[in-house]
Amino acid sequence: MGHISLSQVTKSFGDVNVIPPLDLEINEGEFVVFVGPSGCGKSTLLRLIAGLEDITSGHIAIDGQDATDVPPAKRGLAMVFQSYALYPHMSVRKNIAFPLRMAKLDKAEQDRKVEEAARVLNLTDYLDRRPGQLSGGQRQRVAIGRAIVREPSAFLFDEPLSNLDAALRVNMRLEISELHKQLATTMVYVTHDQVEAMTMADKIVVLRAGNIEQVGSPLELYRKPQNKFVAGFIGSPKMNFLTGKTAAAHGADTIGIRPEHLEVSRESGDWKGIVGVSEHLGSDTFFHVPVADSEAPLTVRVSGEVDLRRGEEIFVSPQLEHLHRFDAQGRAIG
Amino acid sequence: MARAISTKSKMFNTATAGTLGFLMFFPILWILILSFKTEEDAIRAPLEVLFSSDWTTESYGAVQARSDYFKHFMNSVTISVGSTLLGLLIAIPAAWAMAFVPAKRTKDVLMWMLSTKMLPPVGVLIPIYLIFRDFGLLDTRVGLTFVLMMINLPIIIWMLYTYFKEIPGEILEAARMDGATLREEVIYVLTPMAIPGMASTVLLNIILAWNEAFWSLQLTSSNAAPLTQFIASYSSPEGLFYAKLSAASIMAIAPILIMGWFSQKQLVRGLTFGAVK
Amino acid sequence: MATKASRSSARLMISPAVILLLGWMIIPLSMTIYFSFLRYNLLQPGSTPFAGWENYYWFFTDPSFSAAMVNTLVLVTGVLTITTIGGICFALLLDRPMFGQGIIRIMVIAPFFVMPTVSGLVWKNMFMNPVNGIFGRIAGALGMQPVDFFGQIPMASIILIVSWMWLPFATLILLTALQSLDQEQLEAAEMDGASWPNRFWFIMLPHMARAITVVILIQTIFLLSIFAEILVTTNGGPGVATTNLTYLIYVSSLLQYDVGIGSAGGVVAIILANIVAFFLMRMIGKNLDA
Repeated sequence: MGHISLSQVTKSFGDVNVIPPLDLEINEGEFVVFVGPSGCGKSTLLRLIAGLEDITSGHIAIDGQDATDVPPAKRGLAMVFQSYALYPHMSVRKNIAFPLRMAKLDKAEQDRKVEEAARVLNLTDYLDRRPGQLSGGQRQRVAIGRAIVREPSAFLFDEPLSNLDAALRVNMRLEISELHKQLATTMVYVTHDQVEAMTMADKIVVLRAGNIEQVGSPLELYRKPQNKFVAGFIGSPKMNFLTGKTAAAHGADTIGIRPEHLEVSRESGDWKGIVGVSEHLGSDTFFHVPVADSEAPLTVRVSGEVDLRRGEEIFVSPQLEHLHRFDAQGRAIG
Repeated sequence: MARAISTKSKMFNTATAGTLGFLMFFPILWILILSFKTEEDAIRAPLEVLFSSDWTTESYGAVQARSDYFKHFMNSVTISVGSTLLGLLIAIPAAWAMAFVPAKRTKDVLMWMLSTKMLPPVGVLIPIYLIFRDFGLLDTRVGLTFVLMMINLPIIIWMLYTYFKEIPGEILEAARMDGATLREEVIYVLTPMAIPGMASTVLLNIILAWNEAFWSLQLTSSNAAPLTQFIASYSSPEGLFYAKLSAASIMAIAPILIMGWFSQKQLVRGLTFGAVK
Repeated sequence: MATKASRSSARLMISPAVILLLGWMIIPLSMTIYFSFLRYNLLQPGSTPFAGWENYYWFFTDPSFSAAMVNTLVLVTGVLTITTIGGICFALLLDRPMFGQGIIRIMVIAPFFVMPTVSGLVWKNMFMNPVNGIFGRIAGALGMQPVDFFGQIPMASIILIVSWMWLPFATLILLTALQSLDQEQLEAAEMDGASWPNRFWFIMLPHMARAITVVILIQTIFLLSIFAEILVTTNGGPGVATTNLTYLIYVSSLLQYDVGIGSAGGVVAIILANIVAFFLMRMIGKNLDA
């Protein structure tokens, strides 16, 4: 259970084409993350799967059944919204029980499932509170609880962590991953944060302007981005790009090299530059080094506390096996 | 602003604002006092009224006996509550649709509805009067109820629209994902969330209808006359009977004064059409 | 969330309101316009011949018309001036920390809930009556000649009564606007060395500008139609001293039974109100997507 297949799906709002024809397979039990900059159509895609928007053309199948014209409630999917969308006038218990009540389950069964979900999500003490009395993280868990009691064939998450503060976000990320391991149910997760994508996904779908730029495991995308966009989007800090003569020397229009794949030397190396701003994180240090043929200063990662001072002249060299080469259209070469 | 405010300046503010507030409220307070006096006492000098005359409730009885206050009170209740509920019946579906299923022209429709409220009543006085005359609606509660419903309908729709608009769309989508049908969505999610807004709308519109004094003066005379018309009948000779006029006035404004105090916030929203938040 | 199924039911749900309002607007409006071109008096039954612009001619050349226009203008601007300036002062005052704020607020707002006929009669008799009214008594106690309000200064008296009723409205809206002002902005201005008058002029007033405009526009719409207060106090007199446009139309149509001339006046009133409404609607429209 939990196989979702999209074929030749398109979506237009009036004259604006948001999703061009798109094909995608989401396998049973997979944790799939849609990632891309804002306005790339990732939320729309999720809502099409949920049935909250009509698709303009194409087909959606869930578990082999055509679901294109099936109303949202009948698709067997559960969704966690960005704003959590809790019912403010109902207690936590009633919120979680709502889908069961709609499914006309008997009362005892409802209670049992709500208790069970509350136990899993550490909400037992809060069952009789209203959403307004809960913290952001607790509300998030209620929203998840409301989704899991239905035992859906797949979960849909629409940027669920974007309203939480940084520390809580890391926690919830782990909790959701843990939940996925426990339930082994398909999860489709939308985010604009590539860190969430990298840490949680089995499979990442990178979207830009409604187009799928690349599909693959986090490491595949990291190691072998198919184009400049994916290369720049995945990985933190961002990949450095160089053009002009420097790129031509490697037989490419543009070359890309990640901050962690650069070597620094005071004496010799490929590219010469002056140390600019440095950021010391303790474990790592990032130097910003302006060099020729790069619009922005290169970001260079060195481990620990390397003693380089602002204004010092240094040499930076790429690790050739980690060099990415792109043609004039931004496609990866080789 | 965590700043210590001196008690002295607070006292000063209280005194200034209190004096002005008292002056604004004084006319109402004064008729409240006069209504508990005899006619002879009510026209004495203010200080004498206050300190050297007896209190009595005879004026209240006299008002009811002379001009059947209760009938007009019931007319006011019927007409204001009736026009509000009738308006609600028509406005709820319209506001719901515009708030949750917005189309390209929703904004224009809403603006047009509001613009009908800007039509000066005197501009349509004659046709309405003639239509009422020909259909025998003059001085009937049905007729006035309908007119007041029509003039308040844009405000009702507008207020409900702004309240519905505040209910996040995601919540309704969540209900839909949770398997609620449209009917269940309305009963279990939308209605409980909309009830406070609907209550405010009802309150404000009852107040507006209760105090409406153009159409009620033009279209009713005795049978269907609400309190606005009833009081107007005190304008010439009876006006000299201060105690009775005061008692009648207090009875006409008291219910709405109390409701009004509860609806201050909604008043701003309802009367500015959301242009001030 | 807008799916095809909900679209059509939405249209169905709006239609009763649209049909009713459309009828309410178009039927009487077109009748008014139609009547305004007829020679039509309820006292002279029978034919109602087409009269061209005659009614408008009579309406405009009637000496009470120009008086009514001036009276309307004086009434509206008088009340607007008092309520706007008074409202700003009240709002600033009520926004300050004080004891018993709730009670004071309630006292200030109360007059708005008094029905127009009551406030007209109460002011006329209990306050402005030269013999028994409170103002007369005070003047007497001070050894002055009491003022005959409705005889000597009828329009000013009406303006006073109407202002008493609308000052709470202006106060309430301006106070709401003032309270939505970010306190940090004021603190920032204070750090920047702005004195209180400066903060008022450069921060608070611009912040309230929008609300002030709304107060003015909405009050204008209502003030153009002032009727009950005049009916129960002066009946438009003495002479035509307090006859405004609304009252003049009422007199010519329902007291003199001249439907034609009354309708011509109605058309004029509609055009006047529309000029104000145009600006008001633009302000509301701007706020609609926000």
